[in-house]
Amino acid sequence: MQKRISNLPFHDTPEQAGKLDEVIAGLKGQEGAVMPALHQAQEIYGYLPLEVQQKIAKGLNVPLEEVYGVSTFYSQFSLTPKGRNHISVCLGTACYVKGADKVLDRIQQKLGINPEECTEDGAFSLTACRCIGACGLAPVMTVNEDVYGRLVPEDVDGILAKYME
Amino acid sequence: MYRSNVLVCGGTGCTSSNSEQIIEKLNEEIKAVGLDKEVNVIRTGCFGLCALGPIMVVYPEGAFYSRVTADDVKEIVDEHLLKGRIVKRLLYQETVVDDNTTKSLNETKFYAKQMRIALRNCGVINPELIDEYIAQDGYAALGKVLTEMTPQEVIDLMLASGLRGRGGAGFPTGLKWKFAAANKADQKYACCNADEGDPGAFMDRSVLEGDPHSVLEAMAIAGYAIGASQGYIYIRAEYPIAVKRLQIAIDQAREYGLLGKNIFDSGFDFDIDIRLGAGAFVCGEETALMTSIEGKRGEPRVRPPFPALKGLFGKPTVLNNVETYANIPQIILKGADWFRSIGTEKSPGTKVFALGGKITNTGLVEVPMGTTLREVVEDIGGGVPGGHTFKAAQTGGPSGGCIPAKLIDTPIDYDNLIAIGSMMGSGGLIVMDETTCMVDIAKFFLEFTVDESCGKCTPCRVGTKRLLEILNKITSGNGTLEDIDKMEELCYYIKENSLCGLGQTAPNPVLSTLKYYRDEYEAHVVEHRCPAGACKALTNYTIEADKCKGCTLCARNCPVGAISGAVKQLHVIDTNKCIKCGVCAEKCKFGAVVKK
Repeated sequence: MQKRISNLPFHDTPEQAGKLDEVIAGLKGQEGAVMPALHQAQEIYGYLPLEVQQKIAKGLNVPLEEVYGVSTFYSQFSLTPKGRNHISVCLGTACYVKGADKVLDRIQQKLGINPEECTEDGAFSLTACRCIGACGLAPVMTVNEDVYGRLVPEDVDGILAKYME
Repeated sequence: MYRSNVLVCGGTGCTSSNSEQIIEKLNEEIKAVGLDKEVNVIRTGCFGLCALGPIMVVYPEGAFYSRVTADDVKEIVDEHLLKGRIVKRLLYQETVVDDNTTKSLNETKFYAKQMRIALRNCGVINPELIDEYIAQDGYAALGKVLTEMTPQEVIDLMLASGLRGRGGAGFPTGLKWKFAAANKADQKYACCNADEGDPGAFMDRSVLEGDPHSVLEAMAIAGYAIGASQGYIYIRAEYPIAVKRLQIAIDQAREYGLLGKNIFDSGFDFDIDIRLGAGAFVCGEETALMTSIEGKRGEPRVRPPFPALKGLFGKPTVLNNVETYANIPQIILKGADWFRSIGTEKSPGTKVFALGGKITNTGLVEVPMGTTLREVVEDIGGGVPGGHTFKAAQTGGPSGGCIPAKLIDTPIDYDNLIAIGSMMGSGGLIVMDETTCMVDIAKFFLEFTVDESCGKCTPCRVGTKRLLEILNKITSGNGTLEDIDKMEELCYYIKENSLCGLGQTAPNPVLSTLKYYRDEYEAHVVEHRCPAGACKALTNYTIEADKCKGCTLCARNCPVGAISGAVKQLHVIDTNKCIKCGVCAEKCKFGAVVKK
């Protein structure tokens, strides 16, 4: 999938920078360190800004091209920030044949954003994911850590309302 | 000793419907009535009947409670656990015979035709306690192998059992081990493929969540057979519960000396580490998986050399799938003849399927090979719900194909599925009814492969994209008959020329739907009509004048305000505004809104 790249300016806190330094120091010299470094950096920042990838490349002494190659290859790595509430709609086969696309349509209409985008106020971001393995509950969506199953499009409004401040 | 054991499913499906909260509440209520010394609450792995989750089973009675909520817990504790009266209202209805008798779970339709080897401990033991696994003969197979058998004897036993890889391709496991054992090297690896990327398949996750030690034990056996001292489990980061339980299991096995140095005092060393995937379907391909463990972009490479010669970090490597490993301890303990007595001649043993889609009993089933699709769908799965009819079953995910209703009596094994243009795959089995459009399903899978193609080889990267473009053209009503022929030709070209299994099998969903549902493709291009009414561009909603009562219900529910009309007057849909979501048709009480 083509990755969307954030054009927001990058700001980090000294605390985040310190944590990243620790991660890099811990992995330096290990074989195959790029992926674990990116996994942990994403936990610190919530996404992988280019500046963070540059720092990892420099710190682990690998070309930036290689780091960028890995970060854009795997769908778990996000180059855009997530909203305060992150919605993920499962489009696995079991959910799809049970109408998950209609649930996704309804969310897109309601929030006015497409998958891989974030609302302007930063309240919601949306992705369409591939199978979270809760096929018995199809169709399924998650908001942050909460799972909602056996959905119909009409359920969407009520669920989103819970997360609107 | 406890008087009662309460088993609550802690698989992903039931956890998603709040089984954690039920466990908390149970413990609270049990304590409140002073039974905490007499009743034991156990969080198990998946029972399989996910459609009825959250699931709770109370022993010794074997009462099977389904769709339990936290509000029901107090009643179960007060009535059943305290007073010994089963709460009939909450039982799975099929287990209730009459007012005074219930039947056991194994006699219900869902379980009666199943045979559990890989799933034998799922829903039975607490996966976070190694002692419960050991009590079920756990690690006895490893003990037997290390103390009584030579590596060659282990390989011979695996060859004799006829076990074939459960990840999809069905390559004989014993042969894989034999090749890796024959290659000399200072370091070898025994790895486990837990990158279950096929959407709609969750067998491997359930095994890891419900019985992680069986996989660790089998990996150590593989390590002994081929001469490896290190193993890696490559698992999807999307499976947090499985990752957590696997790590607990590894820690406990190390503590008990069942992993690490000098296992069973035999001089054999073996340890296992977890490597997390990051969401790339191609990493289920063996060479791509190994490249990913090395921390790089998970791109496949040309074979030969095969991993048995040059695998992970360039060393001889055996890679087996989770379900394959889960079978191995039982084969070692019960023998090759026992295993061969189950299933068919060329595909011995059982297979786990994840039943999903338009079927009553969604969930996980394990049946002997050779069971017919009809038995799985109608008897075990309970058929298609809502008065709809069975149209097709999809197996093998994005690499597989559709089995049409007319072939529902096909006995399922590796060779039969290939012969009818599908494949076993990892075991996802998605049921479709007459409202599913087969062209749309082919498009759905192609969208998936286009996204997931790693881009290394041209036939796959460009070819799948062109295929998808043609499918988009057809489903939007702009296709021609020539497009269908062109698409078919392109499919064979991609199959023959792609580097790895992803590209070689990517056209299968198109080819198999073309084979059995060519008339649907033709209806799209010739008549500009989607027979299943699924393709939006070819579907229009209209309101029939003689049926509309002017109740305004449709207009009030239309999310885009496309319906106009006054009270008690005929309503009209503005096709320019309509997004074809179908809410109006669902809401109308008079059947006045029709899809054309």
